[in-house]
Amino acid sequence: MDWTALTLSIRLGLLTVVLLLPLAFVLARWLAFGRFRGRGFIEALVALPLILPPTVLGFYLLVAFGRASPLGRAFEAVLGHPLVFSFEGLLLASLLVNLPFAVQPIQNALAAIPPNLRDAARCCGLSPLAAIRRVELPLALPGIATAAVLTFAHTLGEFGVVLMVGGSIPGETRTIAIAIYDRVQAFDEASAGLMALVLLTLSLAALGVTNTLARRVAHRH
Amino acid sequence: MDGSGELRVRLRQAAPFPMSVEFSAPHGSVTALFGPSGSGKSTVLRAIAGLHRTDDALVACGGQHWTDTAAGAFLPAHRRPVGFVFQDYALFPHLTVREQLALALGHRPPGERAARITTLLALARLEGLAARKPAALSGGEQQRVALARALARDPAVLLLDEPFAAVDWALRESLRHELAALQRQVSLTVVMVTHDFDDVAKLASHLVVIERGSVSAAGTVADLTSRNAIPGLVGTREPAVALDAHVVAQDPARRLTHLAAGALRLEVPAVPGPVGTTVRIQIGAREVILANRRPEGLSLHNILDARILGVEPGGHDALRLVHLAVGDARLLSLVTADAVRTLGLARGAPVLALVKAVAVEAFA
Repeated sequence: MDWTALTLSIRLGLLTVVLLLPLAFVLARWLAFGRFRGRGFIEALVALPLILPPTVLGFYLLVAFGRASPLGRAFEAVLGHPLVFSFEGLLLASLLVNLPFAVQPIQNALAAIPPNLRDAARCCGLSPLAAIRRVELPLALPGIATAAVLTFAHTLGEFGVVLMVGGSIPGETRTIAIAIYDRVQAFDEASAGLMALVLLTLSLAALGVTNTLARRVAHRH
Repeated sequence: MDGSGELRVRLRQAAPFPMSVEFSAPHGSVTALFGPSGSGKSTVLRAIAGLHRTDDALVACGGQHWTDTAAGAFLPAHRRPVGFVFQDYALFPHLTVREQLALALGHRPPGERAARITTLLALARLEGLAARKPAALSGGEQQRVALARALARDPAVLLLDEPFAAVDWALRESLRHELAALQRQVSLTVVMVTHDFDDVAKLASHLVVIERGSVSAAGTVADLTSRNAIPGLVGTREPAVALDAHVVAQDPARRLTHLAAGALRLEVPAVPGPVGTTVRIQIGAREVILANRRPEGLSLHNILDARILGVEPGGHDALRLVHLAVGDARLLSLVTADAVRTLGLARGAPVLALVKAVAVEAFA
């Protein structure tokens, strides 16, 4: 059992959720309510990680993060070490890969709010920000919870992209999914089985939590 | 500046559908925007609330310009002292009745809010329901919550979008009574969108008829109904005069109420309320009989001295609609063309208008 890999995965998952949800809410709200040309294109771009093979995605990220790219150079200039094969690089990749898992449930939840409710919020004297806080956020909560759980679970399980941009550096980029693969390669089926079981349990627990949350919120209405 | 006073609205747009509407609603009036669905009535309401913007618009209330495209002024919706009752009520599903009201009280100091909520709950007869969420309320209760929430804003103008469309007939009538009573308690400028003329006849003092994006008639309800001059209504609804009367005396022994509207005096079946109570009455043109001699021995309470203002076709070859003046009030009478001939009914002629007490629809 690779405890370092497990805690790294959990740290990566939590950080991804915390950093991605606010971004995803802003993006989802823009896509749900905004009226602008090229919305279909933005939506397709957000959904891309769902269908793109992880290795393809990983390859492009590797190029974009590389020491030759402007982003990679800027990062190295500020922090003193390369972006690729680092935890920060992994986190950045994780944010991008999880975009559809975070944006789509929130966007659907926001789009399901009847337009009259948002008008009513304004007519109750709520400023646009207050209307988001007191009407849109509470009503979109099931979608936000779903986004959080899906993002976390998906981060724990992501394999291809992590391998491409992170490699398998213990304590830095070796997540539990990579560790399982390593153990299988080393014919250590006992360790691989145990870690697979941990992932399975966490995934089941995550789904249980979302379902309960969604039910509780639905019940409240 | 309390924001009270006349509401002036001018609205022009070319798209998404052409519209050119201009009217004003006197302070304290109930102005109905009446017309077929799709005529643009709701758009006018949304423009007043600041939820709809056009290139050429003026919305002014008591001297404050909420929208004035000429001056480049636009007060955002949440800063307008406007209460809006949406057609489907638009209650927040995640909030209790009390929380819905509290949400709309942000303009009051925190210390005042609890007392204000208590007042509003009593006003809308919601006392036992403060902890309920909308899903646990009946249609009529939801409508009252929507109304209380709109009033919580302390609005200068109350906007109602088809307020009774979502409830059944029986409930509609009782909600109309409640709204009429409420309007008497808290004197507000009300603008109501409806396609049901019963709402107009029972609640509105002023009427703006909107057809295909423009105003086809405007005036007081009493004037427009008494002249049978409401486009879209002629031929679809029996002509009837709707006007405001007040109780001049109660006659409990005979179970009658004496009403007066200017020179028009009527005895009607008992209407509750002390002397002075305002009562909206409707008299259908079919219910008014004309005579040139004072009849005797009839079960009739109201024999009114009238003068004929004009005779027009009655929507059918054999019928005529006679316009009558009873002092400064007006009535309509639907009679046969034959009666017009045999009685010699002509413009300027004196005539007796006979109105059965039970034919006067009183709404209080």
